[in-house]
Amino acid sequence: MVTKLKETDVVIVGMGWTGGILSKELSEAGLSVVALERGDMRTAQNDYALPNIRDELRYVIRQELMQNASKDTLTARNNPSQEALPIRRLGSFLPGEGVGGSAIHWSGGTWRWTDMEFKIRSMYEERYGKKFIPADMTIQDWGITYAELEPYYDKFEAIAGVSGKAGNIKGVVQKGGNPFEGYREREYPLPPLKNILSSKLFSGAASDLGYHPFPRPAANASKAYTNPDGSHFGACQYCGYCQRFGCEANAKGGPQITVIPIAMSKPNFELRTQSWVTKVLRDKTGKKATGVLYTNLITGEEYEQPASIVLLCAFAFNNVHLMLLSGIGKPYDPVSGKGIIGKNYAYDTGVGSTLFFEGKNFNPFISAGGTNIVIDDFYGNWDFDRSGPGFVGGYIVSAGHNTALPIGYRPTPSGTPRWGSEWKAATAKWYQTAMAITTRSGVLPHRNNYYSLDGTYKNAFGQPLMQLTFDYQENELKMAKHGAEVVNRISQHLNPTKLAKASAEKRSWNVVPYQSTHSTGGTIMGTSPSNSAVNKYQQSWDCHNLFILGANVFPHNSAYQPTGLVGALAYWTADAIKNQYIKKPGLLA
Amino acid sequence: MDQNPTNRRHFLKGALVGSAAAVGGVLPNTGNAESKSTLTTETSNVNRGYVFFNLEEQSFIEAVVNHMIPADALTPKGTDIGVNIYIDRALDSGWGKGERLYNVGPWKKGLPTQGYQLALTPAELYRTCITKSNLACIDRYNKGFDQLTGDQRQEFLLALSTGKVEFVGGPSSKTFFDMLYQNVMEGMFSDPIYGGNQNKAGWKLIGFPGAISLHAQDVETYLDKKYTAPIFGIADLS
Repeated sequence: MVTKLKETDVVIVGMGWTGGILSKELSEAGLSVVALERGDMRTAQNDYALPNIRDELRYVIRQELMQNASKDTLTARNNPSQEALPIRRLGSFLPGEGVGGSAIHWSGGTWRWTDMEFKIRSMYEERYGKKFIPADMTIQDWGITYAELEPYYDKFEAIAGVSGKAGNIKGVVQKGGNPFEGYREREYPLPPLKNILSSKLFSGAASDLGYHPFPRPAANASKAYTNPDGSHFGACQYCGYCQRFGCEANAKGGPQITVIPIAMSKPNFELRTQSWVTKVLRDKTGKKATGVLYTNLITGEEYEQPASIVLLCAFAFNNVHLMLLSGIGKPYDPVSGKGIIGKNYAYDTGVGSTLFFEGKNFNPFISAGGTNIVIDDFYGNWDFDRSGPGFVGGYIVSAGHNTALPIGYRPTPSGTPRWGSEWKAATAKWYQTAMAITTRSGVLPHRNNYYSLDGTYKNAFGQPLMQLTFDYQENELKMAKHGAEVVNRISQHLNPTKLAKASAEKRSWNVVPYQSTHSTGGTIMGTSPSNSAVNKYQQSWDCHNLFILGANVFPHNSAYQPTGLVGALAYWTADAIKNQYIKKPGLLA
Repeated sequence: MDQNPTNRRHFLKGALVGSAAAVGGVLPNTGNAESKSTLTTETSNVNRGYVFFNLEEQSFIEAVVNHMIPADALTPKGTDIGVNIYIDRALDSGWGKGERLYNVGPWKKGLPTQGYQLALTPAELYRTCITKSNLACIDRYNKGFDQLTGDQRQEFLLALSTGKVEFVGGPSSKTFFDMLYQNVMEGMFSDPIYGGNQNKAGWKLIGFPGAISLHAQDVETYLDKKYTAPIFGIADLS
């Protein structure tokens, strides 16, 4: 028995960054908005408070803030010839659950993706020729431009309290920033975080070798800050408990301290937590979404929430899952290459070295999510010639501790035993004296990397689990090889006591160790319904009153972290709905 | 089935449990008595005594944690810092009982890249695999793990860690070892409120400051200098 509720102008599925931004923007525009979040209500003062938030076991190892795999997980395999099996315990990626979503436990990395991404195919073809792009690498132009998004990046950075140093203001290169970044209208809202010893060492070595080091832009407030909406941030305390944790200082930008409380103050906004959406409903034509079906997790009762506009704002793969479960759009078929929903799954990868310096005191636990120095000479630098190494994309290189919580972080040189007195002595000796230098590459999409519905395993609602077929390809190996050489060159320049060099090996994706939560693709953006699920406004080609927000619209992944673009696109879509769509509903041009 | 070597194993298992009961009935208590005496100098957050492990399991786990974390100039031994108690409590917790674990069939072996695929909760895995480990020790050394010499323990744990110990009827001994090893590390380095890391022995070993909240000034104060402020756990700040 499904209870049909009163129609609302807008229903929003998921309450992280994108759901929060759209909730605020659309409720301020006078629309009635209902937001449905499968997780709990959480607040900084109650849930991210001292001393309990300083608990590595609870938040990192036991994953308290993450999606609960016992109710809903994915099945995984490396290629279509394998049998997909459930990810029974989350590992490789960790989507957040509850109000604030993954923005509660992120590190705050906030980048601007440029036209190098949005015009990836045409730029590579123009410079390197069509044959340079492997036949199975399904990259495409996005149909959006940096110029369109610049004001929205600016807006998101200001709201999220991003600390950084501009490298390019209105086309003029700025000393100390990233000279390869997209032009900015103005400086970052906040100055960069302080440098810690490991970032200083890396910065010096990178400069010596002719690279261009700069502080990682991050939504970690380097000092107390009030954003343009009047939301207050405390200053970052360099506590070393950032990624996987909520921030008790309100120094880490997130929707729970910015846009969500503003939306919640509006009488025309309602947030329903513990509300699990199982389907997007459509009318008989299939061309219009009529609302969503959801289950109240407290009572188990099912509800239909009718709405004029439906916004999918859940975690990237949960949005794709909902599309597949709702049967909207044609599922991607890797054999024919036809179909769209599920296409172009992409991820992150990288290599790294560990440097051991006898006698140094890194105090790695005095760090923040963004205490890193980065070089972009092999990614954002379009002048870097890819024809020799033969890859599309590239990598950033960075160093600087972000955390040193001891269940997970205890570097020792190779050959150290795993237990016993000798292990203890080595653990004690090197904990304070090690640092890492790592690369980060976006995985480029491949014909065989995709989402589909699993034929065997079901979630707590009896619905098929999402199935993920994914593996690294030659392009990733080429980036890793090149990156390892650069990492080792910088590492050796620092002359450590001992060095565990970076190395690139052909390896398959493994679901167990944490790697990255940056899963992209599945409902990709493009120039026409034949190559994409959404247009540049994140609007479904199939149902014009359905918008699908988040990194699931990215046709490929980048060496830059995704949230800056996710946030900018959310504000861009909010403006498109407010200024165009509600005046004249239909496909936006 | 009568010809199956498991009959012998059942018999040996019975013998072993008997011996563990006989010997272990004394050993764990002795261990606890020792623990208490060394813990009286600082506050312990933990009630001693087991809520999950049976006698055979207690003897096994104490032998493992004291082998992996021997008493030396750096730390007391594993049972004296509560690593055994940490694991006992963890297996009795939601985690041990399969919280956040997708425990729905069908269950297949899978590939190493597909991660944990057993139908067992962590508590069930321990219950199954401690017995199987002891049976494997009896096969190799004619004694249960807790009765082995230090060299034999080392040899056996290395074999477990690489999956070279064959558990008859499964599962992979490496799957068990990986969980056991991770839990030993958790017991040494997690906050003392969970029963391990007593007197912050693990944190003192490496100089980790614990649940400290404010480091903004420390970035400059301790730049390339030894960090010397006191170590706090959650209980100290509650």
